[in-house]
Amino acid sequence: MRKLPIDQLSALFQTLDEKEALYIPADDPAAGQARFMRYREGLEMTHALNTVRSAKDFFFPQTENLVDFKLKGKEIEIIDPRTEHEDFVIFGVRACDARSFTILDKVFLADPVDTYYQSRREHGTIVTLACTQPEETCFCTAFGIDPAAPEGDARCWIEGDSLYMEALTEKGEKFLDSVKGLTSECGDEAVRAQQEKTRKIAEDLPFGKLNLEGFNGENMLKLFDSKEWASLSQACLGCGTCTFVCPTCQCYDIRDFKTNDGVVRFRCWDSCMYSDFTKMASGNPRLTQLERFRQRFMHKLVYFPANNEGEYGCVGCGRCLAKCPISMNIVKVAKALAEEVR
Amino acid sequence: MIPKIGVVTDIRIDTPDIKTFRVVGLDGKKVFDHMPGQCAMLSIPGVGEAMFSITSSPTNTEYMEFSIKKCGCLTTWLHAMDVGQQITIRGPYGKHFPVEDEFKGKDILVIAGGVGLAPVRSVVNYIRAKRQDYGKLKIIYGSRSKDDLLDYKEILEEWMQDEGVEVHLTIDRPQEGWDGHVGFVPNYVKEVNPSLNYTVIMCGPPIMIKFSLANLKEMGFAETQVYTTMELRMKCGVGKCGRCNIGSKYVCKDGPVFRFDQLDALPNEY
Ligand SMILES: Cc1cc2nc3c(=O)[nH]c(=O)nc-3n(C[C@H](O)[C@H](O)[C@H](O)COP(=O)(O)OP(=O)(O)OC[C@H]3O[C@@H](n4cnc5c(N)ncnc54)[C@H](O)[C@@H]3O)c2cc1C
Ligand code: SF4
Ligand code: SF4
Ligand code: FES
Repeated sequence: MRKLPIDQLSALFQTLDEKEALYIPADDPAAGQARFMRYREGLEMTHALNTVRSAKDFFFPQTENLVDFKLKGKEIEIIDPRTEHEDFVIFGVRACDARSFTILDKVFLADPVDTYYQSRREHGTIVTLACTQPEETCFCTAFGIDPAAPEGDARCWIEGDSLYMEALTEKGEKFLDSVKGLTSECGDEAVRAQQEKTRKIAEDLPFGKLNLEGFNGENMLKLFDSKEWASLSQACLGCGTCTFVCPTCQCYDIRDFKTNDGVVRFRCWDSCMYSDFTKMASGNPRLTQLERFRQRFMHKLVYFPANNEGEYGCVGCGRCLAKCPISMNIVKVAKALAEEVR
Repeated sequence: MIPKIGVVTDIRIDTPDIKTFRVVGLDGKKVFDHMPGQCAMLSIPGVGEAMFSITSSPTNTEYMEFSIKKCGCLTTWLHAMDVGQQITIRGPYGKHFPVEDEFKGKDILVIAGGVGLAPVRSVVNYIRAKRQDYGKLKIIYGSRSKDDLLDYKEILEEWMQDEGVEVHLTIDRPQEGWDGHVGFVPNYVKEVNPSLNYTVIMCGPPIMIKFSLANLKEMGFAETQVYTTMELRMKCGVGKCGRCNIGSKYVCKDGPVFRFDQLDALPNEY
């Protein structure tokens, strides 16, 4: 383990940013909220626990060009718009968001590999930051995530007047090497003491012990046919906020945009909460908000684990709890449905 | 996600709203190989992209064919285009009919309605080309009228002339110039009364599927011997955009071919 005096944090950022593009969670006065921003001199880390939007944009941006076309009479020219990505570092990712990347990997890196995602993933180094003050909406522990020991290429802890750092992967080693001049070797006692405290707080979080027993592929039909969906979905506005802020929601649309001299085909985030998501000429298999609402939660709690050795499609980041205009969320859903399977 | 270019070399008017398009690559060869039941994403940049069954057989090594019903933006554009037009094509997508395993050596019964012949034409011609590998081949095909029968010429001139291929055609209502069977497909299945040895492939409108399946079950067929193909809204074709799932299965990747007992294990949302 290595440490850095906390008053040297800007120096660390400066050093990192000279080599690769560095992003840190900071308060954006323009947006009025914390978000990951490109580092520039003087930019400071936010005091907010987490960013309002998740960190998925780094690998799965809200819009992304897939292919360009030029049209001439009956002829079509196909142009691959992909350019080599620059290396970049995301510093200060929380444990929940770090796990969300491995969940997105299961979708985008599964055969056939999504090379757009893969390329960004390969160029990104994820440096996580342990939580010390998890909030009431946090329930990462329900998914076996330890907020005091986040995953990532390297992880950090801020304790007292020091930043402690540890590498977990080769990329993480490279990150530590690049700031070696600023840091010194140290023991892990301070970190251990902090972890113990954080884990105690996490243990007492209201939703931390959310019991998901029985939410699996075997109970798919039972859960799908539950009567609870009607009342749960009744007030849902279909606004899609929950899907947009969610670090693991990965549905997208593909659309064409006509430019002056051709066509750009791009993908953009979409939401299963929207009424036209599955609309077809012959009808719509999800006619009302009940079916759409059910899809979102069945996907995270049942379909995803059925296809991924029991791993849920939620990391308990609490964003949907905080942002839903009608205060509906995955915790309420899981609790209401629990009776069906126990 | 990056498609290839296809050139339309032939356009055939099949029915008042279905045309069949022949497509090759820029080099004049087949764009890619496929198996019966698989699909491809076709598009005209700026107009749209959509999934279509590859209706030609894999044993046809020269080109691919698509039978496309005019129903919206892209399909209307495709119907209006001329020979020589370039389109984009990506694929093949999806699981194919198990012609190399479960179907091998079996008697095969094909039940199709309307444009539902498109996804099964490929398997019919595949079996016809590899006749020695399969048992009997029986086809029950129906549509609204004689003019709505897909591939009518091929059925008359090729399928019906084949030994060991039995074709039963039907149309919904009597029509001048038609001396064949009249009536709906599900009832006709009962009349034809196939033996329980057949492995069944069934494609068509949901209502036809529903009643034909009920009749087959009444006759003693098990769901494990009946296959169909599913159609849901699609975008990516590779199980990532999250659009085409039935429960935990993505139709684009885990389907479109399903056996009815597999569908039974999934939520009824299609
Ligand atoms: C696996 C699969 C195989 C298919 N095989 C064939 C085939 O062999 N021949 C054929 O003619 N059609 C086939 N289809 C249906 C075909 O994809 C749609 O008819 C096509 O997407 C309509 O596109 P459009 O741009 O003309 O319509 P749009 O202008 O996009 O829309 C017209 C209407 O069609 C709806 N629509 C969009 N996508 C679909 C869809 N996937 N299915 C049904 N309606 C849709 C729209 O919501 C709208 O209501 C298949 C679909 C799937 C999923
Ligand atoms: S479902 Fe809600 S709590 Fe779970 S990962 Fe998504 S936004 Fe976070
Ligand atoms: S659950 Fe809430 S955030 Fe999600 S679509 Fe419905 S109203 Fe919007
Ligand atoms: S079409 Fe994208 S998941 Fe099936």
